[in-house]
Amino acid sequence: MTLSSTAAIKAAPTDVLGSVDALIAGLASVGYIASKRIATALYMAIHLQKPILVEGSAGVGKTELALSTATLLNQPLIRMQCYEGLDESKALYEWKYGKQLLYTQILKDRMGAALADAADMDAAMDRLHGIGDLFFSEPFLEPRPLMKALKEDDGCVLLIDEIDKSDEAFEAFLLEVLSAYQVSIPELGVIKAKTPPLVFLTSNNVRDLGDALKRRCLHLHIPLPDAALERKIVASRVPDIEATLTAELVGFVQSLRTLDLRKSPSISETVDWARALILLNADSLDVEVVRDTLNVLLKFEPDINAVEPQIGELLRRPAA
Amino acid sequence: MQGALEDFFRALRAADVKVSPVEAIDAHLTVAKVGFSDRELFKDALCATLAKTADEVVRFDATFDTFFARDQVSFAPPPPPSGEERGDPMDGLPPEAADSDLARMLMEGDASSIAQAMEEAAERAQVSQIRLSTQRSRLTRRLLEEMGLGEIEAIINAARKLEGGGDAADRLEAGKRKLTEEAQRYVARQHELYASGSGKMLREEMLARKALNAEGGIDPVDQAMMQALVKKMAKRLADRYSRRRNRAKRGHMDIRRTLRKSMPYGGMPFEVIWKTEKIDKPSIVCICDVSKSVAAAAQFLLTFLYSLNEVVDRMEAYAFSGRLISVNDILDDEHVDKAIFEVLKRIGFQQTDYGKSLEDFCENHLDHVDSHTTVIFLGDGRSNYADPRLDLMATIQKRARSVIWLNPEPESYWSQGDSVMYRYERFTHVAKTCNTLGQLERIIEDVLRTYVPR
Repeated sequence: MTLSSTAAIKAAPTDVLGSVDALIAGLASVGYIASKRIATALYMAIHLQKPILVEGSAGVGKTELALSTATLLNQPLIRMQCYEGLDESKALYEWKYGKQLLYTQILKDRMGAALADAADMDAAMDRLHGIGDLFFSEPFLEPRPLMKALKEDDGCVLLIDEIDKSDEAFEAFLLEVLSAYQVSIPELGVIKAKTPPLVFLTSNNVRDLGDALKRRCLHLHIPLPDAALERKIVASRVPDIEATLTAELVGFVQSLRTLDLRKSPSISETVDWARALILLNADSLDVEVVRDTLNVLLKFEPDINAVEPQIGELLRRPAA
Repeated sequence: MQGALEDFFRALRAADVKVSPVEAIDAHLTVAKVGFSDRELFKDALCATLAKTADEVVRFDATFDTFFARDQVSFAPPPPPSGEERGDPMDGLPPEAADSDLARMLMEGDASSIAQAMEEAAERAQVSQIRLSTQRSRLTRRLLEEMGLGEIEAIINAARKLEGGGDAADRLEAGKRKLTEEAQRYVARQHELYASGSGKMLREEMLARKALNAEGGIDPVDQAMMQALVKKMAKRLADRYSRRRNRAKRGHMDIRRTLRKSMPYGGMPFEVIWKTEKIDKPSIVCICDVSKSVAAAAQFLLTFLYSLNEVVDRMEAYAFSGRLISVNDILDDEHVDKAIFEVLKRIGFQQTDYGKSLEDFCENHLDHVDSHTTVIFLGDGRSNYADPRLDLMATIQKRARSVIWLNPEPESYWSQGDSVMYRYERFTHVAKTCNTLGQLERIIEDVLRTYVPR
C-alpha cells in the first residue's frame, strides 16, 4: 500500500503533499480555496490510498475539487459522468464488434490457406481456437473511462461524477474497482492498476448510497462556505473585482441563504454573479442592479418572486 | 491510545455513527499518519474516515467534542490552615495517610494526577459499560471505591480522633466532596457518550411495535421520532420505485433491430443491439381516510402520506371522510405538522362515507389513474352502512396497475359491524393490516415487491 502511494505521488510536486497546510496553499495556487476540512480529507485520501466521496448541494465545488487536484498533481483527469442506465459496457470496456467482424471477413478468404497444412481435423480445430482467442485480445478492446484510469501507468485522477444518479447494480460493480483497483474481464483475466488512480466520487444525494460503497471511501461533505471563505473564493475566481464589492455581494448572498428558498445560491452562483456584476461595470450593489441580475443567483421563479420585494431590506443588513 | 480509540468507536456507534472494522483500521492508519498533536487536524482526519453522511458528520462532531473534552478538573488545594506557613500539606493527618496516594493528591490539589487516577479507576470499574441512567449512582460509587474512597474515609475518621487533626480532616473532607462531584460528572459524561443512543434505539423499537390506533395514539414526545421513521420508510419505498427504467438483458440479441442496423453495411451486423426490458416509473395515487373511526391512526396515515409525497415525484394525494378532496397543495406547501393539522381541519373527523368519496374521486380525479398507476388506500373500510359503491371500486381496479389497501384494523375486525373491508378486498391486489410502524416497514419490504404486478 505504502509503496504504490509513493509511486502515485512521484509525478507530483512532493512538497505540497507534505502537510495539510501545504496542500491548502497548493490548491490555492491552482485557484481552489479549500477549507481545512476539505484539505484534510484530500490529504488522507492521497496518503491512505482511498477513494474520496464528496457530497454537498449542487455548485459547492465538488467537481472543481477533482479538477484542481488533477492540475495540482499534474496528472491527467479521467472523468466519468454517471446517469441512469449506465452499465459496464459504457464505464469499463466494450469489445469492438465492428472490428472483430471486419477482421473475420478479411480472414475468411485466408482461412483455407491457413488450415491447408493441418495434418488432421484435430490440428485444424486447435488452430481455429487459437484464432478465436485472438479476437478477444486487447487490440479489440475498447477501453472506457474506468479501464483507462486503471491503465494509466503514472497514475491519474479519476472523477466519477454524480454516482447517485447511477443504478444500484452499477454501484455494486464499482466496489471491485474502488477497493482493489482492479477489474476482472472474463476473456482476459484480472487487470490491475500499476499505480492506483486517485478517485473522486461526487454525489448530490439523489438517493442514498449503499453502505458497502461508503465504507470503501473517505467521506467529505462540502457545506456552503462561511463569509470569509466565500470572499476568498470570489477574489480568487474573479481577480479584477473590488474588495468592497466582494464583501457586499458575499454578504448579500449569505443573507439570502438564511431565507427559506427552494434552492439556495451556492458558490458557483456567487461567482457567476460576481462576473455578471463586473460585466455590468457595477462597483456597488443597489436595489436596481440586484433586481436586474437576480436571475443569475436564483434559478426558480417562486424564489425570485419571494426575494424581490425584500432586496432593499437584505442589502441594508450588516454583512456577517 | 489504542484503547482510547476503541472506546471512541464505541461512543460513535452509540451515537449511531456506523463504524465497521474496516473503518476502524482506517482510523488507526489515519492516526498513525497525522498524530495527535494538532487537535483540529486529528478531528478532521478522523471525521473523513469515520463519518459517512452529512448527519453522521454532525453526530461525529458532537461525540468527538464530548469524548475528548478533558476539561481541566478544577482541584484548588484546600486552604491551608490559617496562620500557619505552608508546610507539608499532609501535616495533621494520621501516619497511615502517608501511604495513601489519593489523600496526598487531594491535599495537594493535584488535578492532573487525580484525573489520571480517575481514568484508571474508571477502566477497572468498567464505567464505560454503562447502559441506563439508573446505573449512574452505583457506578459513581464503584468508581470512587476503586479510587480509594474507603481509605480516605478511614483517614478522616482517624484524623478527627487525633489531637488537632480536625482542621486537616475538614480539608480532606472538602477534597473528598469535590472528588465525588467530579466522579459524578465523569459518569454522567460516560452515560451521555455510550448510553444515550441505546436509549433512543430502545424507544424507536418500542415505537415500531406500538399499535398506532391504540388508546391515546402516539405520545406527543414520540411524534417527531415517528415522523423520522415514517419518512425513512417512505424513502425506501420511493427508492424501490425509482429504479431504472431500462434494464439491458445482456446476452439476448435483439435480432430484429440488429438486422435493420446492418442494412447499410450490406447485411453485416456491425452493430449488435441487445434486448432491453422496459420498466416504467409508476405513479402513485394515495387516498387517505381521515374520518372519526380512524381518528387515532389518522395522524400516522397522514404522516405516511406526507412523507410519500415528499419523496415520490409523481404522486397525487387525496383525503376524505364524508367527501373527498385533493390535498396535494397542502402537503406541498406546509411543514408536516401544519399540513396534517390543515388536512384534518379541512376534512377530518366527519362521518365516513366511502361510497360518496369514491364517487367524488371517480368524477373529478379518475383521469389520474392509468395503467401505470398504483392506487394506495389508507383506511379502515367502515362506511357507516352507506352504499360502498363497489362498482366504482371495480372501475378503479380495472384502470389501475395495482390497488393496495392498508388497513389500520387487524384482520379479525374486517367486515364486522359496518366494515365492508372484505367486499372491498376483492377489488384490491393486496390488502394488509398496517397499524404499527413495524408492519408498515414489512409491507414496504415484502408486499410491494412481491405482489405488485409489473
